[in-house]
Amino acid sequence: MGRKILFVTTDQQRYDTLGCNGGQLSRTPVIDGLAADGIRYERAVPQSVVCMPSRSTIVTGQHPSSHGVWMNGVALPVDAPSVAAVLQRAGYRTALVGKPHFQPFLDPFGRFVENGLAGDGAPTVTSPWFDGTSGPHRGFEHLEFATHVPAGPLHWARWMTSTHPEAVAGFYPVLDSELEVNAEGGGATGAPQVRDNPVPRELYHTDWVADRTIAWLDALDAGDDWFCWMSFPDPHHPWDPPVGEMGRVDWRDVPLPAGYVERRAERERILDAKPRHWRLWYDGALVSNYEAPTRWVPATLTADQVREVNARNAVEVELIDEALGRVLAAVAARGWSDDLDVIFTTDHGELQGDFGLLFKGPYHVDGLMRLPLVWRPAPSAGGAPAVVTRPVGLVDLAPTFCGIAGLPAEPWMEGAALPPDDAAADADPGRSGSVFTEWDSELLGVDVHLRSVTRDGWVCTAYRRGTVHDGSEGELYDLTDDPLQRVNRWGDPAAAGVRADLMDELAAHARSHPPRSPRLPVEAPV
Amino acid sequence: MRGSVRREVVIAAGADDAWRLVGRPELLHTWFPGVVDCRVEGDRRTVTLATGLTFDETILTNDPLQRRFQYRISGGLFAEHLASLDVVALGEHRCLVTYATDADPATLAIVLGGAMGGALDELRRQLEGAAAPAASGAAAPTPRAATPAAPGGDR
Repeated sequence: MGRKILFVTTDQQRYDTLGCNGGQLSRTPVIDGLAADGIRYERAVPQSVVCMPSRSTIVTGQHPSSHGVWMNGVALPVDAPSVAAVLQRAGYRTALVGKPHFQPFLDPFGRFVENGLAGDGAPTVTSPWFDGTSGPHRGFEHLEFATHVPAGPLHWARWMTSTHPEAVAGFYPVLDSELEVNAEGGGATGAPQVRDNPVPRELYHTDWVADRTIAWLDALDAGDDWFCWMSFPDPHHPWDPPVGEMGRVDWRDVPLPAGYVERRAERERILDAKPRHWRLWYDGALVSNYEAPTRWVPATLTADQVREVNARNAVEVELIDEALGRVLAAVAARGWSDDLDVIFTTDHGELQGDFGLLFKGPYHVDGLMRLPLVWRPAPSAGGAPAVVTRPVGLVDLAPTFCGIAGLPAEPWMEGAALPPDDAAADADPGRSGSVFTEWDSELLGVDVHLRSVTRDGWVCTAYRRGTVHDGSEGELYDLTDDPLQRVNRWGDPAAAGVRADLMDELAAHARSHPPRSPRLPVEAPV
Repeated sequence: MRGSVRREVVIAAGADDAWRLVGRPELLHTWFPGVVDCRVEGDRRTVTLATGLTFDETILTNDPLQRRFQYRISGGLFAEHLASLDVVALGEHRCLVTYATDADPATLAIVLGGAMGGALDELRRQLEGAAAPAASGAAAPTPRAATPAAPGGDR
């Protein structure tokens, strides 16, 4: 019997929303406890700041340029490499419960297998694998899906619409009548993507994901080794947690986040020092991506709206923490706790008021780029609690799972197993100390392309030529002296040496990671 | 908001061969993945998708001389729609097929664009007689039966 792996992801969660990371708003005792007993990473960086490319990185262990999912709406091929397939072949029982998002959700033609699973009633399908063989879809022998709204073909939505149809209308409609990301405001402040949702907590997707995870675990044999990816759709917008839970955090008492610049003139001066798409979006003059409401103008965001969004986000984070606690209790009841590895992280962050902005987009700053990541290794494996300050990436997860299972990393994996401490990070010849993040988007005639490297306390972003940028723009931030990334040092002569070094590193990374060819097509906006 | 999308494919087949499929509106379901049925009455076509959705279409152009086929989807979420398929000869045994859609809302143009790309891939596969791998990420999966150890379906 080997180690079991509970891999927990949330969607669009900031680093500073966990108590163990200094967060003051949401109470997260379960995750904090895992961090206290395990390894807490202070600089975990995604390889993309949107869902589909980032989730594809997690499952393949590759950068977006390699796996080919270069923006939301591009489908990860069914025969893409998958760490779950590696584990399944090695004898692990495998499941993915919750939000997948390797294929587009907007699928009126029913072209994508992951959208058809619930209707088929089968736990998985046989799909071609990356090595020319075939097996359960992406290596998962059990798939049960949920996303943010109880509409569409996924399992939770079908369950809600068939058994609790009266609760469906209480959820915020993520898309409006024209299928744009909804800008409608709600709650007490009129903030976008906010609604008071009367749904009982036990019907909400967070508890459903935990319930279905527990059901799958309960059906396993005691001697099984298993890998379960429990993928919560929250705290991604819409911010419509069960209204019965809203008493946990009164938005009126929420302090404004450090990243929110209250004085408008100061906020706009900071934005003006960044590449021009920042200010253009803020003013409502440019929509470069589908991940924020088209009709919402960030400049209209009020301080109270920031407070309310943060309050609701905190409630959603607390519900996740409690759901995870229930799953851990179920694992303990099976007698597996000593052999259980738990890894908790998210796919990307959320601006959540930083610079007067919400949601996400081509903005490589900490709100989107600094992720919560906690690894509590199996107690039976020994190891000491630690805090890792060196940068790591989600690209490192796949080789980490292999290492836990006693398997070598596959040659197609581009990361290195997560280090147990800083000394191990420094000693690992497979770890350069640099982590790379890519952004590419094309939406209705607007294209934006960013390449970033995080290293030695700096983050450097180079902008490639597009419809908004001429290829000369960039951002350079000293993460130590400027933790809120308010001073863009791209043009600072005193930082020219740092910039040159990091640009060389970006160029080298681009040479060693050429884009997949032919480029995968955009199938849908999301 | 309105959106405009174009997809294209070069096929190692004559333009007349491509037009024999593209120009016959009743055959759409044979080469457009995700379309399971289509019925044509005069200039009206009703297309049924794999999800059960239907599109009510009006055929606007079916010109064998220009090898141009145009249709409009009306109703439902569409405030506006126009699709154009053109087959252009690139020699005796090679042709370019373009498939363009303008739609309001723009989101539907993007979704249709993805499906149109899959259709052009399938058109090429059929005309070239080769089982070219789909680049769309879609695949023909085989359902697997629930195992006794796994809880089945929705709760």
